[in-house]
Amino acid sequence: MSTLSATIEGVGFWTTGLPDWTSARAYLRDGTMPDAAPTRPSPQLLAPNERRRAPDTVAVALEVALAACNDAGRDPRALPSVFASTHGDLGITDYMCATLAGDPRSISPTRFHNSVHNAAAGYWTIGAGCTQATTAISAYAATFAEGLLEAMVQLAAGQDAVLLVGYDGGATGPLAPVSMSSGLLGGALVLARNPKADAPRIEITITDGDATRADGLARIAGGNAMAPMLPLFEALARAGDGVSLFAGRGRTLKVGIAHG
Amino acid sequence: MPPLAILHYTATTALGRGRDAQLNALRERRGGLRRNDFGDDRLDCWIGRVDGLESEALPAPLAGWECRNNRLAWLALRQDGMLEAVHAARDRHGADRVAIVIGTSTSSIGASEEAYARLEDGAFPADLQRPIVHTPHSLGDFVREATGLRGPCVTVATACSSSAKVFAQAARLIQAGLADAALVGGVDTLCGSVLFGFNALGLVSQAPCKPFDATRDGLSLGEAGGFALLERADGAPGLSLRGYGESSDAHHMSAPHPEGLGARLAMGDALARAGVAAGDIGYLNLHGTATPANDTIEAQAVAALFPGTLHASSTKGWTGHTLGAAGIVESVIALLALEHGVLPGILNSAEHDPACGEQIRFGNAERPIRYAMNNSFGFGGNNCSLVFAAA
Repeated sequence: MSTLSATIEGVGFWTTGLPDWTSARAYLRDGTMPDAAPTRPSPQLLAPNERRRAPDTVAVALEVALAACNDAGRDPRALPSVFASTHGDLGITDYMCATLAGDPRSISPTRFHNSVHNAAAGYWTIGAGCTQATTAISAYAATFAEGLLEAMVQLAAGQDAVLLVGYDGGATGPLAPVSMSSGLLGGALVLARNPKADAPRIEITITDGDATRADGLARIAGGNAMAPMLPLFEALARAGDGVSLFAGRGRTLKVGIAHG
Repeated sequence: MPPLAILHYTATTALGRGRDAQLNALRERRGGLRRNDFGDDRLDCWIGRVDGLESEALPAPLAGWECRNNRLAWLALRQDGMLEAVHAARDRHGADRVAIVIGTSTSSIGASEEAYARLEDGAFPADLQRPIVHTPHSLGDFVREATGLRGPCVTVATACSSSAKVFAQAARLIQAGLADAALVGGVDTLCGSVLFGFNALGLVSQAPCKPFDATRDGLSLGEAGGFALLERADGAPGLSLRGYGESSDAHHMSAPHPEGLGARLAMGDALARAGVAAGDIGYLNLHGTATPANDTIEAQAVAALFPGTLHASSTKGWTGHTLGAAGIVESVIALLALEHGVLPGILNSAEHDPACGEQIRFGNAERPIRYAMNNSFGFGGNNCSLVFAAA
């Protein structure tokens, strides 16, 4: 079985109540939460009018992506990217389906082009002025593991560094009891091929087995469809030595972590 | 990159089921578009619809994945011996060592649309309370269940470049040693979201689409499914994937970059990765949606990279724009060109656009070629080009 490795150069994190990686780590350390956390991210990569209009999922994805690039000291324009989301924007899916059932000819062209699964990837590359490759994937509960795998194989294929973003939003309308996801959650990593001082190295292997259960951040964001990524972020915050991420029925992605 | 052997490939479109249906229709210049007869509220346009899906229910063990998109996936998977070839690859390498990388734009959102149209007291009807058909990975999860494969399984959803990018991701998985083979492909089906969505953007023609025609006025939507089985090449003669190129326009969500920046980057990167000169490409299947903006920009990007001797065409006049399936359908057409020497021209188009170069060919040609290329570009400025080789 092949093993791939990478350096985690930067981390970005945002969820309702914990609006950055610093506050997420503080919460895991002593249970404190910031006062008056914003209800929605305000991604600085977008122009002010776009920042307000962007779908919630686009806002959270761009927020954590830029935070991870800043943490890594990497120029967003230089990085290929992998955007991993279980459902895309469920609010827009609800709007599209409700409008089609009522008055299909009134569909908003903007909401239609924002309905594509690669909306966040598109806004990211436009906002960053980035002509590098970007992709948007889904693998249901294994979405983050498959995204991490794709980022790692991009490094193996010769990329110097890759941005990985995992995010999902809340379901609304009649879809809510079926596609269950609540709150807003995003996590991003800048992964690089070469070691860097003080930065953790990870190595991954696909195997049979069960996933690690998140026990800290899951209390805040466990109802979000991207929650399967939380064990990795908890392990990074707590300097844990490894986790197993759900990678499909009976399969896990084992992530070993060596802290720098 | 090390070449990847393409052991089997297939497509099912409005032209019919399987490779021969595509090849014969291309050779005979017989299109598959019809007046829109999909759904209750019918926009005045033409569509590329796959016949018979309504009566092709999934077998009982797969009934949990029932929806139009997975029906088309199941239909396409059973053409040209593809399912048997996948089983043989599973037996040869082990189920854990064969990956699934599948592209789609809207997956089975048609099932979600239907649920909203049939709400009972504000809730989904019982037969549609199946979470898996209301999420993009409906397609990848269905293909996993239908094939019994246990390798990495992922759905790529980058709009209209989706099932071109699957070749790139699968190549990386195999190159990194995480799989020995990969089932790639894509499926998209007609649904209200895309018909009314593209209509709202003013991009749908009322007539059959006319790619690269000076009077073109928009696209015709279609549905399709297709698959290819990739393995590490062992030096035996046959078709192969030789290169891929991926880029972003960094320009606009639904309009192409005015100078075709991303298109040029993707094509150039694919040629470089393949180690093939532009002059060696014998056929280029263009994205060629027949929207006024796309075709001029793409033709100019092609003219900047390729000699005038290149035979380049869009086959969307035959199939319609099959969105997330366009990458696999048009890769299949490029592979048919390599295997049979049939280079399609463009259907429905008659008047050359002076803004487009001599590479753009309306008429078919027949001659053996060594290398073929396919372009697929999507919303968000997401571009992918692929280079295939014969022998």
